Amino acid sequence: MSRVVVNARVVWALGMRSVRQTFRRPQLIAPIIVFPTLLLAIQTGGAGAAISLPGFPEVQSFLQFMLAGAMMQSLMLAGNSGGIALAVDIEMGFTDRLFSAPIPRFAIVLGRLAGTAALGLFAALWFLAIGLIFGAEIEGGVAGALVAILLVTAAAMAVGGLGAAIALRTGRASVVQGLFPLVFVIVFLSSAFFPQELMIEPAKTIAAYNPISFVVEGVREPIIAGIEADTTLYAVLTILGIVLVGLVLSSRALRHRLRVG
Amino acid sequence: MEGRLEMPAWRANLATIGALMARAKNELVRVPGAAIPGVLAPTIFFLGLNGVFGALTQLQGFTTSTYESFIIPISMLQGAGFTGAAAGVNLARDYEIGWIDRLLASPAPRWVLLTGTVLAASARAVIPATFVFAIALPLGAQWPGVDGLLVAYLMVVATAAVAACWSSFLALRYKSQSAAPLMQAGMLAAILLTTAYAPLALMQGWLQDVAEVNPLTEVVEATRQGFVGSVTWADTWPGIVAIVGLLAVLALLALREMRRTAR
Repeated sequence: MSRVVVNARVVWALGMRSVRQTFRRPQLIAPIIVFPTLLLAIQTGGAGAAISLPGFPEVQSFLQFMLAGAMMQSLMLAGNSGGIALAVDIEMGFTDRLFSAPIPRFAIVLGRLAGTAALGLFAALWFLAIGLIFGAEIEGGVAGALVAILLVTAAAMAVGGLGAAIALRTGRASVVQGLFPLVFVIVFLSSAFFPQELMIEPAKTIAAYNPISFVVEGVREPIIAGIEADTTLYAVLTILGIVLVGLVLSSRALRHRLRVG
Repeated sequence: MEGRLEMPAWRANLATIGALMARAKNELVRVPGAAIPGVLAPTIFFLGLNGVFGALTQLQGFTTSTYESFIIPISMLQGAGFTGAAAGVNLARDYEIGWIDRLLASPAPRWVLLTGTVLAASARAVIPATFVFAIALPLGAQWPGVDGLLVAYLMVVATAAVAACWSSFLALRYKSQSAAPLMQAGMLAAILLTTAYAPLALMQGWLQDVAEVNPLTEVVEATRQGFVGSVTWADTWPGIVAIVGLLAVLALLALREMRRTAR
């Protein structure tokens, strides 16, 4: 059997374990789905009148506008949860056993990221379904929905890479869990919940440079207007940038973990 | 020794409540990090919501021109909710390590044990409320006046007591710290399902209906009045009635669970 096939099988096996683990533990999936859904419902009902503000983009409803923000919040939490799960594996000694097995190191991280990507996919489908059920239209049609789903899944995997790097570096679930509030800070300081032009300083300026804003606009555009090449390209490039940072940090953290045990 | 045996019941009860509060204070002093989530979460929400939804005050129907003034009561109450929920999480932990069993074997009445937990949570709720209030003032929140501040703090400590009763009920029912998300999310949802983001008239459909019947809406409005206008008895008494009603119901539920646990 060729080396590539063997590696693919290892990634698949670890990925499936990660997916099963996530969906079997309600405490892992609940914050990723329940909390953003609750906030989506409350923010849509509470701040829905915002769409009549001058300068607000043309949208069918505030729910339609907010779907991308809810997906973004969910995928960021999924990335954090993936990091927590990896840290738990390290604490339990499972990762040590994998390190001593004749499998490539990258497969261990990639397997975990597959679980995070599955959660991102689930979040994208969940929020699109909620939007459709409650009357939001996907202006980009099926193709637009697919673009949004792909971007959310890829972004979840990219953010999961950062979570994995922190988990590998610290090896402690409590540290990764402690980053939970940071997720909210990053999401709030982006255009996830409101048009950047209408935000208040300094959040407005920070949101303009926050990479998450580029991803969220890429997810939002197909939902509220239709696919736009530039916006999608910026989102893809941003995700690739996050992947690159995640890879560098993960490989350095992995080397550190192998050194300290 | 003899004097202690002859201690009247009310004094013994007060001493027990004081001891339970002192224990909670010791936890805070010894593990200051435990208070951080209760302080951090409302602060992040305050800064985040203000930056994001600040422009909402341009809509007709807002009684204030600064969103900081509108949202600060929510953050103070959120801090109280999280602090009260933490009391339940600690109670569940105490049950898991067997400490509650020893407490229940003592001759102290059940209501005394619950009162100690609840009052400790109320006292702790002052910390996040003061922290977020201190941040809000220089950022542009209106000074609520001494009367407005007093009413706001009264609502904060009372909301923490409500949250502590709710979380104690869940802690004693499920006897596990794994019920923590239910305690925290329950309070968070209850506070957000009010006029948290916008006045009632500007809210949409279902949320408006829910906020109208949610007793915490009266508590939010009572807490908010000094920040967005002046304090009136008409805006205060519904909040007091709502909080007393919630306290009575949830305290009874928590006491019932405590008695069940003892059996």
